[in-house]
Amino acid sequence: MFTLTTTYQRNYKGSVTWGVGCDFQLEVLPFFVGIGKIRYTGKTMVTETGYREIEHTADWELEVWAPNLSSLLETAARGMYALAQMQLVDGERESREFEIPFGDRESLLVDFLAELLYLGEGEGLVMDEFSFTFDGNTLKVRAWGAPIKNQSKEIKAVTYHRLQIRETEFGLVVNLVFDV
Amino acid sequence: MVAISDLKKISEYEWEIPQSFRADMRVPVRFFVTRDLLEQALRDASLEQAVNAATLPGLVGHVTVMPDMHQGYGFPIGGVAATRYPQGVISPGAIGYDINCGVRLLGSQIEAEAAKPRLDVLATALNKYCPSGVGQGGALKLTERELDAICVEGAEWAKKRGYASDADLRRTEEGGRLEGADPAKVSPRAKQRGRPQIGTLGAGNHFIEVDVVEEIFDEEAAQVMGLHAGHLALQIHCGSRGFGHQICSDYVRAFQGAVKRYGIQLPDRELVCAPLDSPEGQDYLAAMRCAANYAFANRQLLAHWARQAFEETLAGGVKNWHLHQIYDIAHNMGKVEEHVVDGKKLKVCVHRKGATRAFGPGFPGLPAEYQKIGQPVLVPGSMGTASWVLVGTEGSMQRSFGSTCHGAGRTMSRSQAKKQIWGEDLRKELEGEGIHIRTGSLAGLAEEAPAAYKDVDAVVETVTGAGIARKVARLVPLVVVKG
Repeated sequence: MFTLTTTYQRNYKGSVTWGVGCDFQLEVLPFFVGIGKIRYTGKTMVTETGYREIEHTADWELEVWAPNLSSLLETAARGMYALAQMQLVDGERESREFEIPFGDRESLLVDFLAELLYLGEGEGLVMDEFSFTFDGNTLKVRAWGAPIKNQSKEIKAVTYHRLQIRETEFGLVVNLVFDV
Repeated sequence: MVAISDLKKISEYEWEIPQSFRADMRVPVRFFVTRDLLEQALRDASLEQAVNAATLPGLVGHVTVMPDMHQGYGFPIGGVAATRYPQGVISPGAIGYDINCGVRLLGSQIEAEAAKPRLDVLATALNKYCPSGVGQGGALKLTERELDAICVEGAEWAKKRGYASDADLRRTEEGGRLEGADPAKVSPRAKQRGRPQIGTLGAGNHFIEVDVVEEIFDEEAAQVMGLHAGHLALQIHCGSRGFGHQICSDYVRAFQGAVKRYGIQLPDRELVCAPLDSPEGQDYLAAMRCAANYAFANRQLLAHWARQAFEETLAGGVKNWHLHQIYDIAHNMGKVEEHVVDGKKLKVCVHRKGATRAFGPGFPGLPAEYQKIGQPVLVPGSMGTASWVLVGTEGSMQRSFGSTCHGAGRTMSRSQAKKQIWGEDLRKELEGEGIHIRTGSLAGLAEEAPAAYKDVDAVVETVTGAGIARKVARLVPLVVVKG
């Protein structure tokens, strides 16, 4: 179904991006982002990449979509940082390199996000740019970011709950549940 | 999805999902609810997750779910599952990331009326002495050797350093120390996360709360515990922090391969498990016990600093400002215990995730003074509502592997709570009710609003009605400190 509509996304730097138009609409569900005294409500629509929060009684669930695996990793990272309301300081950038053994795609996603959580908690860093190199059975990641300015929420872990990267006609889609 | 037509009613408070509901179930699911709580349970995936849990290899009896159930990730919150030891499996996801998340209750001789003028200062002092919030480090800087000692010794480590008394340890589940912990089975990354976080509360639904004992329901049990109507009590709710989170993450990851090696088919990858007698299962058990001991030490340290806050605020102003330990209990844990199943005594590994151990009178492992009344069970309610002190019963031993509820249980998602409730409004409302709030995050406060939780009184009526716990006292909050 072709739908023309408005879209928005809020990134972990706190800015909100509005857009118009998309090819199709997966579903229309209320999406909510709250920060301080300002609240944005609206509808989330499918752009080429994106994420949205799914209702979950106790924990946090994100639906993430992207045209390919590396884009899915990056978009999931953005979504995770947004959920934790992690913001980075302006100023000197830092980079980190790490490797992830490539077993299956779901484990790769969990390991990648777990590594970012660790960098957040252990080194106080938020990463917002990535380069990925698939080298045999290893994913080599180079990430750039900056120290955390503030963080409102604690994410305990990335879970495997119902984790399955689906290939759809629109690209890759995954639902991620975080323990908070 | 589980529908009401799939259920079999056992009694007013107990229902069953028969094993025939789904072909891969190895045991039935039994759960404790009133009709009203049943309707709430059917609104999310908790019962579906309980059915998934009922597929774990080596299960005995039935998977049990408490009335404060809500959907989690893989295993439902409020779930209890016992697997035969050592042939059955152990599943890290069925214990949770916050290993030995639990509650400690301390009682006092302080009359609430006498302390009321000082409660605001007490809230500030508790907030100062007990570090809380996202990424907050503690006052202690541990060496790796000290962390290893905590892994093995738990709350005993705290006693050696002057942070605990003999009575504190005696009135802690397992004496605050689980045997069989091996720090060599814990990753360097977990240790790196654990070292700076000892002695911290964390964020989310963790809290320190000063309560007044509003009503006593069992005079004898309350007397033994040292709980008196009108007196202050203190609750500490927290767990093993990033140390436990990392240990669980490491083993959920490692067990993704283990299930393939052991040919275990599961409906959800978060339920991954390994046989208890396998190298993988033994390694996780040894690492999980390290996190459990870390959490016992963590709550002990927080209790020590809470006592300092009480002394600083109340000494000289009230006759006796001391806080005495009533009990410390885990509600996310895997324990090897003996239970009677189908008339036979069996050694089993009881997975409790959002469920509290509730041993009845006379059971081994309870301190001498609690042998007659049964083990104290601490059930914190949602912020601003009541909390309960219960005791375990013979019924909990017979029907729920010596377990009962652990709290109110969420009924509203965090995002929904934030949509409906402003943190600042909530703080004003609670303060209007005479509750002093200290929080690091107003958004976090909104997520934990009372409206996001079930009615804890209804949960307690269910477990006591079902006979898997008995009421001792009801507490109401005066001070809440949250990360």
